[in-house]
Amino acid sequence: MSRRGDWVYENNGGTCVAIAGADYCVIAADTRLSVGYSILTRDHSKICELADKCVLASSGFQGDIKALHKNLAARELLYQHQHNKRMSCPAMAQLLSNTLYYKRFFPYYAFNVLGGLDSEGKGCVFTYDAVGSYERTGYSAQGTGSTLIMPVLDNQLKSPSPLLLPARDAVTPLSESEAVDLVKDVFASATERDIYTGDKLEIVVINKAGTKREYIDLRKD
Amino acid sequence: MKQKKRNEKGLAVAARRSRLVSELRSGIGGLGFWVNRLPVCGDFSLILICTGAGCRMVGYTDLPTKGGFDFGLCRRNQSLVEKGGLKIPGFLKTGTTIVGLVFKDGVVLGADTRATEGPIVADKNCEKIHFMAPNIYCCGAGTAADTEAVTDMVSSQLQLHRYATGRESRVVTALTLLKSHLFKYQGHVSAALVLGGVDCTGPHLHTVYPHGSTDTLPFATMGSGSLAAMSVFESKYKEGLTREEGIKLVAEAISGGIFNDLGSGSNVDVCVITKGKTEYLRNYLLPNPRTYVSSKGYSFTKGQTEILSTKITQLKPKVEVAEGGDAIAMEE
Repeated sequence: MSRRGDWVYENNGGTCVAIAGADYCVIAADTRLSVGYSILTRDHSKICELADKCVLASSGFQGDIKALHKNLAARELLYQHQHNKRMSCPAMAQLLSNTLYYKRFFPYYAFNVLGGLDSEGKGCVFTYDAVGSYERTGYSAQGTGSTLIMPVLDNQLKSPSPLLLPARDAVTPLSESEAVDLVKDVFASATERDIYTGDKLEIVVINKAGTKREYIDLRKD
Repeated sequence: MKQKKRNEKGLAVAARRSRLVSELRSGIGGLGFWVNRLPVCGDFSLILICTGAGCRMVGYTDLPTKGGFDFGLCRRNQSLVEKGGLKIPGFLKTGTTIVGLVFKDGVVLGADTRATEGPIVADKNCEKIHFMAPNIYCCGAGTAADTEAVTDMVSSQLQLHRYATGRESRVVTALTLLKSHLFKYQGHVSAALVLGGVDCTGPHLHTVYPHGSTDTLPFATMGSGSLAAMSVFESKYKEGLTREEGIKLVAEAISGGIFNDLGSGSNVDVCVITKGKTEYLRNYLLPNPRTYVSSKGYSFTKGQTEILSTKITQLKPKVEVAEGGDAIAMEE
């Protein structure tokens, strides 16, 4: 059905992953930007730091993602001016959901993963679909490599069902370095089999000490 | 005499008619059409197709030609997709970079080793340089099954031809066999090939397109990465390259495809053909090792996969073990 000339979106590829720990959060995304079978750039960040304890990683159509990040950053600044404090991660999660649903009938082609620390200092990860449905989870993967990565995370991090009573912690008991190691390995594996994932991996780790960034090389083919 | 001739003709017509009917029946997908055929004159038959809704005349037909595809089932497939919700399985394409160039003493062929199924890599190290004859090799891009099948078929035909003629195969022979096969199938056999070899008339390099056209060139590239590879060739190719220069240029062109085209990747295969000697350098370059291996490793212990419920059914009480004597008694 490619007769219609009104398809305004494009998928620029890429994969985003986030894992929540007891007192840290790891957010990672590859840095490849592609269109069709070509690479536009090997060095494009999909991660946006919205607040000191809140980081958003998005994959999909970069035009919409740039606009979405800009929109959220502006709203966060307004909040700072009005409330004299930075937005917390759960508050930003709700704001993102509302922003996405606002454009329910002309959506942002963005697949988001929001990660950070909640008000108690525990790691939190929120995962979204394109129109704003969201859920707080212990870990998530979005983007072209998500179907390759999610089953491995399910096996290694096994989040207990949110329906269980008494309510069990969704965050993983793994240490920070173990979680980062898992993220690196999982991305290396996804790069082997997904043509849209590769080049470089950007890893952001948030804990009570602050924010740390790390880059590792991935396959460039 | 006249009687005998008429009978022979009658038999021939009947045989051809029945073949036509069976082809029509299978073409309509066995949906229960009843075909009436009436001899009109000579070799033609008037076809009447009767369904529950009434009879419809299809028209005069001569018998369908042999060879080529029978498209009778296409309408049935289309209606199954639209109304029945059928999902047609996808093709495995090689999304490739393949190249060839002529140097001083012969030809060098090159290919990447990635096979894709949409956005997923199906094979990280497949072989795209196919054997045609000891002095002729062929790189294939497009649908993997098509390139395999067509090169295997022509390779067999060339071998039979070698036995018949007692001579080394020529590249133009392979070329003609390939192009006439692909033209007959009107582009539905999706194979784009770079054919190269050295025979008694010298070194040759050709490209073959899915519809059956060919080009004869000093250097050629095909596949999704062809533009990336061609940019390397256009910058650096010159006539009268040495063997080392030729291999280096081919490896550079394939690497251009591997790193700049998402449909190509993994390793570089090279094949050097000269008079009397062929060298197939499988995995000549491996520029893409895995970047990270977890030192911790993975263990899949018992209990890591949740067991939701267990049910054990004893089979012994369900089976009656008959002694030998009883069995013999039953047989009587």
